[in-house]
Amino acid sequence: MEVQELKQLEAKAKEIRKMTIDSIGYLGVGHIGGALSVVEVLTVLYYRHMDVSPGDPKKKNRDKLVLSKGHAGPALYSVLADKGFFPKDWLHTLNKGGTNLPSHCDMNRTPGIDMSTGSLGQGISAAIGIALANRLDGVDQKVYLIIGDGESNEGQIWEGAMAAPHYKLNNLIAFTDYNKMQIDGYVHEIMNVEDLDAKWTAFGWFVQRVNGHDFQDMDMAIERAKKELYRPSMIILDTIKGKGAFFAERRLDNHNMNVDYETAKEACRLVDDF
Amino acid sequence: MAQLEMRAVYAQTLIELAEKDDRIVLLEADLMKASGTTIFKNKFPERTFNMGVAEANMVGVAAGLSAGGKIPFADTFGCFAARRTYDQFFISANYARLNVKLTGTDPGVSSAYNGGTHMPFEDLGIMRNIPKLVVFEPSDPVSLKKLVQKAAAHQGCTYMRLHRKPVDIIYTEDEPFELGKGKVLRDGNDVTIVAIGVIMVHEALKAAEMLKSENISAAVIDMHTVKPVDSELILQYAQKTGLIVTCENHQIMNGLGSAVAEVLAENCPCRLKRIGVEDEFGEVGTQEYLQERFGMTVGHIADVVKKNLK
Repeated sequence: MEVQELKQLEAKAKEIRKMTIDSIGYLGVGHIGGALSVVEVLTVLYYRHMDVSPGDPKKKNRDKLVLSKGHAGPALYSVLADKGFFPKDWLHTLNKGGTNLPSHCDMNRTPGIDMSTGSLGQGISAAIGIALANRLDGVDQKVYLIIGDGESNEGQIWEGAMAAPHYKLNNLIAFTDYNKMQIDGYVHEIMNVEDLDAKWTAFGWFVQRVNGHDFQDMDMAIERAKKELYRPSMIILDTIKGKGAFFAERRLDNHNMNVDYETAKEACRLVDDF
Repeated sequence: MAQLEMRAVYAQTLIELAEKDDRIVLLEADLMKASGTTIFKNKFPERTFNMGVAEANMVGVAAGLSAGGKIPFADTFGCFAARRTYDQFFISANYARLNVKLTGTDPGVSSAYNGGTHMPFEDLGIMRNIPKLVVFEPSDPVSLKKLVQKAAAHQGCTYMRLHRKPVDIIYTEDEPFELGKGKVLRDGNDVTIVAIGVIMVHEALKAAEMLKSENISAAVIDMHTVKPVDSELILQYAQKTGLIVTCENHQIMNGLGSAVAEVLAENCPCRLKRIGVEDEFGEVGTQEYLQERFGMTVGHIADVVKKNLK
């Protein structure tokens, strides 16, 4: 990646982070921790790798994303608004009655959302189904999938982990947002998921582990994943829950927290320096 | 009466649909031999996905295939379809307004030797609580074929109970069917027996014949779709006969009996008796033993009718 593009992506991620903090702060409560830990991966996907059309969200041949940790929806909504899938002022309707931007991703309400998610563990299966449909139709585009580390406690994740390599789904590129925290505490204390690299490798995936806030690392990992001929890819992202918001970062209570709007605005001002 | 094996009819119907529409795909969870769909796989290997013993993943993958524009049929035993994949079917398929056709085989006592763990007496009830879902159970090979065709054409999810075994043919090949529209198999004036599924529709027809010999005129309705239930037909026959007896190979709670009771209570109070399982778990045995055990027999239906006639 050229230095100029790297700088652009870094600047874009800051914008997305501010929009996300602002939309949750405007509402006053939300899943800020797990939304902010996926800002960089969403940015590198939507601004460098994914072929999507904001003017034609249902275009047949497009890259698709299943955000299986559906509670991170607000971060994805910031990206989709910025890309022009819908007006930016929708972001202030988050979770309000009648909104098109519900807490968890809804493909029937939000332009640009490719799969409804929210019940953890289910997105991997949906992504496998979409990848199989693409293969049947001779569609070359990729299916991207983001799961959580706490979500990896779910048995369905491992049913899917078994199925994707069985069907040799090299068109499926998955990420684990490994921010090390779940609702009740640290993942290693609540329900340890380690050794994640070894587990996914044993199931037959091409596994890479990179810094989930580093664009060069993620970009190279995605490029390598795209070259896989037979295996689905799992890119484990070491991330920080609540990344970039001074009131939330690394706090164990940041999964779904109250956010005072003045504090949120202050956090947005500080994003550039944080 | 001529018989046909229901699962063979199911597989053949899917093949015919798949020949005309390349969006039709099939998913199984290591029960392909039981579902009888191996002939589909042989014909369309690339459109058949065996997901192994992982029903939750199977239903989620079916939802994904639907999101990718396919029309997936997914089969497993009814006990697993309803209990084990409920959240996947609810959220990934139904809440997402996708187009998944879920088939639960071996309804109720037809699970026989697989016993109580495998005997779904609750699947109609569980499924009836999913908004907009179409829930149905064909009673013979002809209605199976016609209703599967309708399900494939329906835009939205469906749940079908499939009795796999050889079954007597009731309908003629040209009989038209609609999901949500019951079939009057026999008219009558004294009582209406509203039944669902292979076992109970056949038992109801025999019961009506038995009652005729005692000068009781019983109408029989094949209420193949429990959701949306055919309220119009229920009310018409409630007014006509004044007594309704429902028959289901299922708990009397939340299934056909409840659906009929809801219609009657709100629109046309009328005497109602529900025949089916009364708050019990299934158990092992032959189908004949289990029909006796849970009161799913001609004799029991006739007795209930006679006890409740004025």
